Amino acid sequence: MIAVWAQVCYVVAAVCFILALKGLSSPKTARRGNLVGAFGALLAVVVTFIAYDIDNLGWILLAVAFGAVGGAMGARRVAMTAMPQLVALFNGVGGGAAALVALLELSEPARAGITRPAGFGDDGWFAYSPLAESGGHTESEILRMVDLLSTGTLTATAFTVLIGAVSFSGSTVTFLKLQELMTGRPITFPGGPIVFGAVLVAAVGLGLWAVATGSVTLAIILALVGLLAGVLLVLPVGGADVPIVISLLNAFTGLAVAAGGYVLENALLLVAGTLVGASGTILTRAMAHAMGRSVSSILFGAFKGGSTAG
Amino acid sequence: MTEGVALLTVFVLAVFVGFEVVSKVSSTLHTPLMSGANAIHGVILVGAVIVAGTADEAGVLVVALIAVVLATLNLVGGFVVTDRMLEMFGARRPEAAAKDGAE
Repeated sequence: MIAVWAQVCYVVAAVCFILALKGLSSPKTARRGNLVGAFGALLAVVVTFIAYDIDNLGWILLAVAFGAVGGAMGARRVAMTAMPQLVALFNGVGGGAAALVALLELSEPARAGITRPAGFGDDGWFAYSPLAESGGHTESEILRMVDLLSTGTLTATAFTVLIGAVSFSGSTVTFLKLQELMTGRPITFPGGPIVFGAVLVAAVGLGLWAVATGSVTLAIILALVGLLAGVLLVLPVGGADVPIVISLLNAFTGLAVAAGGYVLENALLLVAGTLVGASGTILTRAMAHAMGRSVSSILFGAFKGGSTAG
Repeated sequence: MTEGVALLTVFVLAVFVGFEVVSKVSSTLHTPLMSGANAIHGVILVGAVIVAGTADEAGVLVVALIAVVLATLNLVGGFVVTDRMLEMFGARRPEAAAKDGAE
């Protein structure tokens, strides 16, 4: 558990995010709202560096500097017409980051030699037997790792890995479409809906299996299936509908981040991710409505020949 | 377990706040709002930093640092590109921008 002052700062950051979304909803306050959101994010990151016990500080700061310069330059230099695909790209990398964070958290108990017996029950100290060998870890670290292997936390982990991967690959395909690196027209093939349905069933099955065992390998396979599902989700969407799908994937990334916050027991990530997930869902519906379409007709319309050809 | 229930409570309340806060968005602001919300979930950077900060093996650190770079791209790029969109928005409506600046 981190210091109280840090948690209070996280609450301030969460309020900033709420005010940012509120501000962005009205033309007069939009720009200020965005700045309030940026301030909240800066506060959250600075507090994290101070409040948590962070090793590898030099490397991390270097990675942050690299990402910040790349992100700012990309955002500054992009042509106005290319902004939607840049947003898609940023959304995708966010989803990818969430999936990686969840996978790394899951790998922690395994690396310490703590495993979960198969099944969904959490009774007792199922992981205590190998604790004797897991030298070099304090009791609170071990308790934390046991908690990472509880059914609730593993469910959140599997969700983050799957949805983060879907968002990453789906956003990448939308980027390629809008950047005209591939055709912007809907891509369908015979049996497409059946293949997509089968992949979804496989993803749910694998997710349950990964939760029951706490296996890192299964979680990685789940991520790969998620990547495939993301591609299949976006391929049949074409032309003018693509921005609406970016909005949908944006909401997905928000939910992945929220579940990641549950895994890390970090309330700020939970609140920020949930806010984006919920507001992104409403926004997706509003965008579809403004174009006189429904979200389901956009996602599944191409199978019936209804998607815009762009 | 109570910790889990507390987080679940926060989740449910945040869903309603998220629904409510954007319920009256004007259609001209759809894209900037999407972009701004996109920037906000870049705060997963916090998670990436925490994971990288506890990495004790080179392989784990490398993957965690990739997550840090990706999350920072999302966070910083997201806010900057949203600001640029809104800049254009202001330029298109000089009277609204002037009024905004005077406040």
